[in-house]
Amino acid sequence: MPKLTIKDLQKIKEKKKRTSKLREGGDYRVKITVHMGTCGIAAGARKIMNAFIEEIEKHDSSDIFLTNSGCAGLCSKEPMATIEVLDQAPVKYIDLNEKKVEEIFQKHVMGGNIAKEYALGKGSEKTDA
Amino acid sequence: MEDISLHILDIAENSIKAKAKNIKIKFHENTKKDKTILEIADDGEGMNKKTLNKALNPFFTTKNTRTVGLGLSLLSESAKAANGTFSIKSKPGKGTHLKAVFQTSHIDRKPMGDIASTLISIISGHPEVNLVYAHQLNGKKYRLNTKKIKSQLNGIRINSPEVLQIIKSNIKKGLDYIGRQK
Repeated sequence: MPKLTIKDLQKIKEKKKRTSKLREGGDYRVKITVHMGTCGIAAGARKIMNAFIEEIEKHDSSDIFLTNSGCAGLCSKEPMATIEVLDQAPVKYIDLNEKKVEEIFQKHVMGGNIAKEYALGKGSEKTDA
Repeated sequence: MEDISLHILDIAENSIKAKAKNIKIKFHENTKKDKTILEIADDGEGMNKKTLNKALNPFFTTKNTRTVGLGLSLLSESAKAANGTFSIKSKPGKGTHLKAVFQTSHIDRKPMGDIASTLISIISGHPEVNLVYAHQLNGKKYRLNTKKIKSQLNGIRINSPEVLQIIKSNIKKGLDYIGRQK
């Protein structure tokens, strides 16, 4: 049976010594929550979660807290994720796919600008009455 | 749900919501008996008899964000569609244990799916939870224990991208080694 070797782990340890100031759920600049209720999972939330993991890795960011939560009650808008930059209002992004995640990460998480076109609320008001 | 790995992710999320600290996911595949057995056990809040009786009803949920609860009932249906069975035991304060049996060769058995992605999603989103994944196929075994890994990491977060990558490739290697079916 293949096992994780001590060597594997030590390699990371050396590399992470400098950057692992952060604690689980402790200090972070951005909190990303992927909604993973039954509805979210069925709609592809796992892909979204993995896409965020990839983005964090790609940007080598150590100040981002990625977690998941349950159903937010907007099942038809899944997959969804909430991004909260420290001291700013949280923004819910809806109908996500991997491409949108990449864009949102670049724009909002790295750049600090909300990716308005994918945010919840865009186009939801219909006043044709 | 498209495949079994997505069911697992869904059930594990239930466990975490029930404040589980330890989750054990066990796969037991036996080609001769043409059976795939999935067991998931947690040490969460558990359910009392009344709740348990309703747990498989798709129109029951404990959440207040919506009025239907599909997770368990979907898994139960998936097992039964593949000529299998589904059972669940639970005790308040002790935890919940469920078992789904599938006939492996059944045409309606859902594919296993991407187990590694499911496990990585759980570990990444809930690093504080101890996860054991044990997969056995005709006697060949693979086992992942995040508590053990965490104890060797010396304070490095288990959900750092580097660690996740190593764990992911380890899971893939492990599943290739036991030669699990798709």
